[in-house]
Amino acid sequence: MSPEKQLAERLPSVVADRLRSQAADLPTTVIQPTHGWAPVNLRDLAQFREVLYFLVWSELKVRYKQTVLGAAWAIIHPVAIMLVFTIFFGLVVRVPTGDIPYPVFVFSGIVVWTYFSGALNQSSNSLVQYERLITKVYFPRLLIPVASIIAGLVDFAIAFMVLIGMTIFFGFMPTAAVFALPLLMLLAATIALAVSLWLSALNVQYRDVKLLIPVLVQVWFFATPIIYPSSLVPDRWHTLYELVNPMVGVVNGFRWALLGAGEPPGMILVVSALMALVLLVSGLYYFRRMERIFADVV
Amino acid sequence: MSDIAVRVEDVSKLYQIGKRARHDTLRDLISEKMSDPFQRRGSSGAEESLWALRDVSVEVEHGEVLGLIGSNGAGKSTLLKILSRITEPTSGRVEIRGRLGSLLEVGTGFDPELTGRENVYLNGAILGMKRSEIRRRFDEIVEFSEVERFIDTPVKRYSSGMHMRLAFAVAAHLEPDILVVDEVLAVGDASFQRKCLGKMGNVAQTGRTVLFVSHNMLAMEDLCDRVVWLRDGCVAEEGPSGTVVSNYLQGSFSADTEQVWEDPATAPGTDDVRLRRACVRPEDGTLQSPITVRTPFVMEFEYWILRPDVHLSPSIALYNEQGIVVFTSGPAFDPEGSERSHPAGLYRHTCRVPGDLLNDGMYQAALYIGSNGRTVLQQDNILVFDVRDAIEMRHGWHGKWNGVVRPMLDWSTEFVEAEPSPASRPESRRHWEVPQ
Repeated sequence: MSPEKQLAERLPSVVADRLRSQAADLPTTVIQPTHGWAPVNLRDLAQFREVLYFLVWSELKVRYKQTVLGAAWAIIHPVAIMLVFTIFFGLVVRVPTGDIPYPVFVFSGIVVWTYFSGALNQSSNSLVQYERLITKVYFPRLLIPVASIIAGLVDFAIAFMVLIGMTIFFGFMPTAAVFALPLLMLLAATIALAVSLWLSALNVQYRDVKLLIPVLVQVWFFATPIIYPSSLVPDRWHTLYELVNPMVGVVNGFRWALLGAGEPPGMILVVSALMALVLLVSGLYYFRRMERIFADVV
Repeated sequence: MSDIAVRVEDVSKLYQIGKRARHDTLRDLISEKMSDPFQRRGSSGAEESLWALRDVSVEVEHGEVLGLIGSNGAGKSTLLKILSRITEPTSGRVEIRGRLGSLLEVGTGFDPELTGRENVYLNGAILGMKRSEIRRRFDEIVEFSEVERFIDTPVKRYSSGMHMRLAFAVAAHLEPDILVVDEVLAVGDASFQRKCLGKMGNVAQTGRTVLFVSHNMLAMEDLCDRVVWLRDGCVAEEGPSGTVVSNYLQGSFSADTEQVWEDPATAPGTDDVRLRRACVRPEDGTLQSPITVRTPFVMEFEYWILRPDVHLSPSIALYNEQGIVVFTSGPAFDPEGSERSHPAGLYRHTCRVPGDLLNDGMYQAALYIGSNGRTVLQQDNILVFDVRDAIEMRHGWHGKWNGVVRPMLDWSTEFVEAEPSPASRPESRRHWEVPQ
């Protein structure tokens, strides 16, 4: 037998061997019905982190698409609200804010709140908004609400620059306490994510949630010391007030870190953080539980 | 074992349908719970749920092109959705070895607000690719998709054709180990469809696996090594593409070589004309005798003319498996059959089809009866029959004989001369033509 012929006879098995060796290296995915409560698949999240980047980018693009002023809205919006509140609550009602001029007081609260409420709102509606992707391709659905929470930070950063300018204008010099700001923002983001994990998953099935969110945000706004200092809350309600609403600790802490107002946050912030964590973990489990039916019911 | 790229084991998928299963608003849920507070979960009755897939088991080897066929609602798309991890199976298990990229319906995984370029990267990321890998293939994708000019335009402004072209280009060029394609041929022009089919063939040749759903049976037979036929959520048949496709077509056509309407009152027709009988048989054979590509055969149509002096002209159209009209014909040269007035009574038209004309496959005849330029009776699928291949015609070759028809044409072969003479050489002929 000629060598060529020998090779030709062996060729199919050579090719098959190569395929087999290739196949052995390939990652294996097992698809099975999941039952009950499933933990978060961290490996999956790590593998799809690039997707998160594009989701954030898409979110930012959508926000200011076809606007003339674009990202300037991130400044215009909180500044306009600050002016309105300053006129009504600072000049007319004269809400007492101690040493801090009312504009700085209210603006520092608004900047945090705008981020929080915006992220909560976007994130809770995000799954429905991304219906097209959900019904066509697989990636961890968790990335969708997370992307909304992250995208909000860009607007926050822009508004925060204005806030810094304002504090300097009113003569507040930053102290070492500013290093607490990132942690406080992390807490705000965690609370927003935790709540919107519940709401976004519920929203897929019950569109009532979409209508509930503005109400929730409105009530939560007045339950948070943004236009008034938390010292106005009667003493006997104070502890309850701080415990029920984790955002009280965040906003007060934010003012303390930036303006040196009030006491440094202590135990109450730890409680808020624990609360956020419980809400987050339960939200993650609930989200994972509902994730499997998103594509079928959205 | 490791040759298997996709292993589907006893996969079932139950969909909840009907209003009970889905509470679109909280009020529905609450009012239902109020009206029937002791109702147990899952007791809402079998008629409100639908098994889209039932105990389906399929194995696909690495480098294989597997086709999925079946009528609408047979569960093809549900199976692909489960493989793509978009929806979970109700029971069963799927094992996938390698990266799976899917193209389900139009506009797979595109974010309408992002540009074409960004979507290419997004889809690469969804496939689990690194940005550098995507960058390497970017130009190739754009070139294949033919949307160069619009690559920086948000895809929401794309036409459906552009959408599809880019989606296919992305899915095929990002080199998933397993490519899942659902009805890619539904959109796009003919030339792009050819390009897609060619690309899918290439993908398979490089040792990757393709799972492919289409209603184009020709493409199925052409591209797939093996075909799985799904019927009502179950595997009806699995095997070599030619056999399964042909069985599927027979199953969906179910051969009808004779139809008789005994009662003129209920037969298809109008007050003027009622069908009586239609049949197809070999010219010298019975209804049961097979028709092969060589056999001359006849189609007979009988109908009552119920009123005298109506002007009627019949014609037929013969369709092949792909729905292509092979020919239309009528008794134009038959003085008895052409449009003139006939007395009332039973009439029979016989249409003779010569042997060595049709290719093998399933055929379907439609009968039209026209009156004064208007179709008064149209009966599709009046006859459905199989024209079989004649083994003696194959000369040892087992592939599909290409072509809509398979006529025996006159060929002749003659010996012209032993070796080229100077006069017949092209150069010397040119010398003749050029004036000296």
